[in-house]
Amino acid sequence: MEDFIVFKDLHKTFGPNQVLRGVDLAIRKGETVVVLGGSGSGKSVLLRHTIGLHRPDAGEVWVDGTEISGFDEDELMPVRRKVGMLFQGGALFDSMDVYDNVAFGLREHTDMEEPEIAARVKELLDLVELENVDELMPSDLSGGMRKRVALARAIALAPAGILYDEPTTGLDPIRADAINRLIINLQRALNATSVVVTHDIQSAFMVGDRVAFLYEGKLEFVGSVDEARRTKDPRLKEFLRLGSEAGRS
Amino acid sequence: MLTGDTIRFTFSRPFGIDLLMTQLYHLGVRSLSITTITALFTGMVLALQTAHTLGIYGAKLLIGDAVSISIVRELGPVLTSLLVAGRVGAGITAEIGSMSVTEQVDAIRALGASPVKKLVVPKVLATLIMLPLLTILADFVGIVGGMIISVKDLGQTSAYYTQHVITALSFDDVFSGVGKTFFFAAFIAIIGCYNGLNATGGADGVGRATTSTVVVASILILISNFFLTKLFLLF
Repeated sequence: MEDFIVFKDLHKTFGPNQVLRGVDLAIRKGETVVVLGGSGSGKSVLLRHTIGLHRPDAGEVWVDGTEISGFDEDELMPVRRKVGMLFQGGALFDSMDVYDNVAFGLREHTDMEEPEIAARVKELLDLVELENVDELMPSDLSGGMRKRVALARAIALAPAGILYDEPTTGLDPIRADAINRLIINLQRALNATSVVVTHDIQSAFMVGDRVAFLYEGKLEFVGSVDEARRTKDPRLKEFLRLGSEAGRS
Repeated sequence: MLTGDTIRFTFSRPFGIDLLMTQLYHLGVRSLSITTITALFTGMVLALQTAHTLGIYGAKLLIGDAVSISIVRELGPVLTSLLVAGRVGAGITAEIGSMSVTEQVDAIRALGASPVKKLVVPKVLATLIMLPLLTILADFVGIVGGMIISVKDLGQTSAYYTQHVITALSFDDVFSGVGKTFFFAAFIAIIGCYNGLNATGGADGVGRATTSTVVVASILILISNFFLTKLFLLF
């Protein structure tokens, strides 16, 4: 199957911190890859390279057959329309209500009239299982609802790829489970390529086709969920054990 | 770079009239009360002080001339700009800074839009439009403040005071005073936006960025005022 997102020998340093130290990863069209790793392992930094929110110090980033690491902001626009991103805290626009947040991309990139936008916003909110929230401001929403609205906003233009940055962090187990189900349902509905960055083991095994384990800026393991469960890699094994214990407690 | 991008996006479609109108209201209309109160009392104090000084030389009758020229050439533009740097500059940095640290600026980029077009351009344009208008208002209110003192305390008639104001002021005075505010407005808005976009480190970082905007913009206004005054005197 054709690759949709490819990282080649990716390096990134912030000040004295070498965050990525040569990451190689290919994500195939239509699959969901979960990038696991502890806090500060560089997961989110890796994800943000996909749409040019960070530029690599060295290495290449390929999205749908195009190398984008040298692109300027204007050249990145088509890439960003093609790949939606769910930010860790939702990153909803405080000054806009739910409706305007979800409609943002539609107004920016389509010629849709307001009634068409309204219908699409309703469809998107239905898809993320929310109703009667159009006029609420982000500050009126719970953490889980904020993530759902942010997800609706991210998929408004029916992207070919979706990036999830810690989708279940900060949510209680019931809401986290609901978000996981939503990711799976969206995957089926949109057939998008997904990259999920998380340290939540339950979430990783529930939504992922493959797992990549990032440790100190390098990929220690890449394989299927079953291979991850049976791994002999001591660091991943320890990470999964501690993660599972934390999940049970 | 930010200034260059701002100019480029100002002339790119769509023009974002709605965003501009919102900013005109937030940055301009909501600065009316602070500007008016400051200008009124500055004009009144200036009249009191000037009357005292001119009285020594027996030239109290020239109070309208002194007040109007001082306010229109210097005090109106500089005081209004300093107030706007405090209120609007700080507000711009706090708003954009809090958006930066909560990834909202990244979200704009991730949605294929430009933060410069969406956030910076409307704020810069609104400040460029509103600061000169606020200055003209401040000039007028300051002169009226001077008139209140000259009528109530010094026994002049309002007609006499007004006649002296009209005679004393020339187009050059207004042009020089208001002309400077376009530069001050650009400093305030660009510094405010730049610090906001580069804010890092949560609420603490936003606080530091906001303070930096007020300090840097105020100093830049005061220093550039000297050079701009010299420049305008050449015309």
